Amino acid sequence: MKTFLAFVLKEFQHVWRDKRSLFILIAMPVMLMFIFGFALSNEVKNSNIAILCPKPDEEVLSLIEKIDQSKYFTINKMMHNPNEIENYFKQNKGKMVIVFENDFADKLQHDKLANVQLIGDATDPNTATTMIGYAQGIIADYQKSLLGETNLPYAIQVETRMLYNPQLLSAYNFVPGVMALILTLLGTMMTSVSIVKEKEFGSMELLLVSPVKPIMVIFSKALPYALLCFIDVLIILLMARYVLDMPIRGNIFLLLAMSVLFIFTTLSLGLLISNSVDQQQVAMFISLVGLMMPSLIFSGFMFPIENMPKPMQIISNIVPTKWYFEILKSVMVKGLGFSYIWKHTLILVGMTAFFTLVAVRKFKIRLS
Amino acid sequence: MSKEAIIKTQNLTKSFGAFTAVDKISFEAMPGEIFGFLGANGAGKTTAMKMLSGLLKPSSGTASVVGFDVFKQSEMIKKNIGYMSQKFSLYDDLTVEENIAFFGGIYGLRGDVLKLAQMELLERLQLMDQSKKLVASLPLGWKQKLSFSVAMIHKPRLVFLDEPTGGVDPITRRQFWEMIYEAAENGVTIFVTTHYMDEAEYCSRVSIMVDGKIAAMDTPRALKEQFGAKNMDEVFYTLARGAKRGE
Amino acid sequence: MIGIVIKKEFRQIFRNPNILRMMMVMPIIQLIIIPFAADYEIKNIDLAIVNQDNSSYSQRLVQKLVAGNYFQMVEASTDYRTAQESIEKGDADLIITIPHDFEKNIIKENKATISISADAVNGVKAGLGNLYANQIIGQFNAEIREELLVMPRHNEIVNIQTFAQNRYNPHNDYHLFMVPGILALLVTMVGALISTLNIVSEKEKGTIEQINVTPLKKYQFIIGKLTPFWILGMISITIGFIISYVVFGIVSLGGYLSIYLYSGLYLLAVLGIGLLLSTFVDTQQQATLFSFFLMMNFVLLSGLYTAVESMPGWARFLSDLLPPSHFIKVIRSIFIKGSSVVDILPEFGIMAIFAVVLNGLAVMNYRKRA
Repeated sequence: MKTFLAFVLKEFQHVWRDKRSLFILIAMPVMLMFIFGFALSNEVKNSNIAILCPKPDEEVLSLIEKIDQSKYFTINKMMHNPNEIENYFKQNKGKMVIVFENDFADKLQHDKLANVQLIGDATDPNTATTMIGYAQGIIADYQKSLLGETNLPYAIQVETRMLYNPQLLSAYNFVPGVMALILTLLGTMMTSVSIVKEKEFGSMELLLVSPVKPIMVIFSKALPYALLCFIDVLIILLMARYVLDMPIRGNIFLLLAMSVLFIFTTLSLGLLISNSVDQQQVAMFISLVGLMMPSLIFSGFMFPIENMPKPMQIISNIVPTKWYFEILKSVMVKGLGFSYIWKHTLILVGMTAFFTLVAVRKFKIRLS
Repeated sequence: MSKEAIIKTQNLTKSFGAFTAVDKISFEAMPGEIFGFLGANGAGKTTAMKMLSGLLKPSSGTASVVGFDVFKQSEMIKKNIGYMSQKFSLYDDLTVEENIAFFGGIYGLRGDVLKLAQMELLERLQLMDQSKKLVASLPLGWKQKLSFSVAMIHKPRLVFLDEPTGGVDPITRRQFWEMIYEAAENGVTIFVTTHYMDEAEYCSRVSIMVDGKIAAMDTPRALKEQFGAKNMDEVFYTLARGAKRGE
Repeated sequence: MIGIVIKKEFRQIFRNPNILRMMMVMPIIQLIIIPFAADYEIKNIDLAIVNQDNSSYSQRLVQKLVAGNYFQMVEASTDYRTAQESIEKGDADLIITIPHDFEKNIIKENKATISISADAVNGVKAGLGNLYANQIIGQFNAEIREELLVMPRHNEIVNIQTFAQNRYNPHNDYHLFMVPGILALLVTMVGALISTLNIVSEKEKGTIEQINVTPLKKYQFIIGKLTPFWILGMISITIGFIISYVVFGIVSLGGYLSIYLYSGLYLLAVLGIGLLLSTFVDTQQQATLFSFFLMMNFVLLSGLYTAVESMPGWARFLSDLLPPSHFIKVIRSIFIKGSSVVDILPEFGIMAIFAVVLNGLAVMNYRKRA
């Protein structure tokens, strides 16, 4: 037992001494939380747009003013010539041009019908659609205000409730994702590289001839990273709750238990990788390309799975991160209980068992 | 005719923050000598050598190597010395030939001159038929000899060897020292650091570093007499007993 | 002198299968897979309908909701509880509840209410689902109104009609948007990561020390080292263009000359990042970790993942400080809008400054270390 503790201590010292890596491993979740929490959203704010209005008169100007004052848009160019539109877009000066036809005010007054063209830079289709939608909304409001107090008869009113996320904070979608990502990275890559490094430097044999059982050697290597994983989970949860004001619904113990399970999963995967390769570079390569990338892509965190072509949806089922991510969403955001995630849990347990078994078998083969 | 010292240092010092690795060492090395720098691990010998070869800037003191000042003319020093590091740093993923061509080219050897030097080297080491093999596949002893030869390819007047025989079997070590003797006979000055005390016997003069200072410096014979020791091991033991640094 | 170093670097690169794999194969695979995965278009919103009013109006409304392209009905029931379960299970995204007496209320009381509950864990989906639903309900409302009203003074209503045009991408093809961006990112990754790893591995092996002792000057060493990577980087970009065309049918509207010019400059900046990074780390493990950290920042803040327009001022400022943000903007601009060199001239200047500053800092840091 004492020898085992000595190993564990040595491993902790290794990790502790590598201050640079330690810094990144703690800073990364913090940074990600900040970025997702405060910098990223799907809304549009203060976006640069231009107005093409050959003959601006009072009517038009008041509408233009309204547009400029909205929090969505900042008008950074008033054009008088349709030729200017092309250059405006090509030089990346703004993402939308609102075109008022000649005699807009007159037409509105006499014909009761006037046209506005909304030209969006659809390089980014979603943003363009969103911006056009906002502009339409502002114009519709303006139209209502022209009508005065008249209420339309036979009105259907729609009341909307946003469940789980009333303020439409994107944090709710991202926080589980960040957790899943960090654990995948830490658990798998760091562990596998640490073990392989020992192999590369030849000191693995030294450890193996010691009185401690091989499984304990491996275990002692994984322990510091498991602890770091857990610390990161706590950091993320604390930041989510207190910095991003995102309430953690659902049972916190269930959440932590599931996280521990997933930590085991990633560690076992790291173990598998480290038993299959001899060089650090290869271990890193496989971890990054073979695991991190697929985790990012197929876990549902960055890209919605249901939009992917069928074969990709099937692939996503073998990526462990995907299952953990869904567990997190269900428990952390929706506040659901175990009865909703038993299937996911079972799958993760199965994967962990599988990875561990294969890893141990490979290990035994190498020894003999 | 007095010979000009090829290495001259005066109170040469290197500190890393509060830690003084090399503490005011002063000595002279003469051309053609095999000058040994001995000491325990951490005594400061590698740091001293790095200062003399232009790898580290000294904190204070003066030194000149092959007639050039280490502070202001380190580039000139590099052109005129050879260096073999502890790790025998050749490129594992290049062949013997390619390594020779690379380092030769860096030292200014070109065209026919380079080819000639290459062939001489390969012949001397009897590596002609291994020249296209990756260095990674060579046994340690060969790597060592190759590393030394590459350090000498541009025929420098002074060669620095940092712990050149680490991890090598006794026979190979012997062979290696024969190569060193040969070079010294041809007028090359060898500056070698080591913690193998028996190798000290092979040197013309030896300086023993303890805790960053030069504790003793003389020929091996003189030192043995001075300390009433049978071999250099004992000399070292006597000196290093009171050392605060090292193993 | 530099030629000697370049020769050695190329030899090492070709001997090491990993590097070639990383630089060539990995970007290719990712370029092919990611755009297929990265489809942000919101389609097929799963709808659960609670119809508590078995009237012709409610049925008409349900038909209308399901008829379009937006919604897919996964559950129809008469009680809210069932629908709520669907949301909890993740089967439905949106619940639309048509209450009791819906038709009666419209005709008799002049107004009725429909409630929508959206699973807002994915805010975008919820927002769009709500928008679409509102649009359809609004259309339905207008239809009913027309039927019910006798229409004398239709002309009193002032109408401002809007016409929307999605320029440059009329079909809202998300691939067009993603592919150049991903290409940009992959080039960045390859350039920065590989150069860092390479230099750090020389550090670890000790060969850098051996080089430091030779008369080879630092700038010669650095230029010699980075040149092969620059060349390989340009080759990766070319491969990327070919894939964009063959797999996705995407061709640069603005031609390729301007992109190559800009990319060449960008690669210099990216290699500078790699170089700078290598002066801060000692082991390959640290190098990989740091690169990953940087990459995450690049992906998130560059406008690849979410639009820069949606970021608050301070984040936009940060984004502008990152070379990849500019590269992504320029490459999209040239590819999709056909911007010319003249259009993006200021960007050339900015990237040149990046290249000079990054490489300068790196070289300075290198001198200090020895």
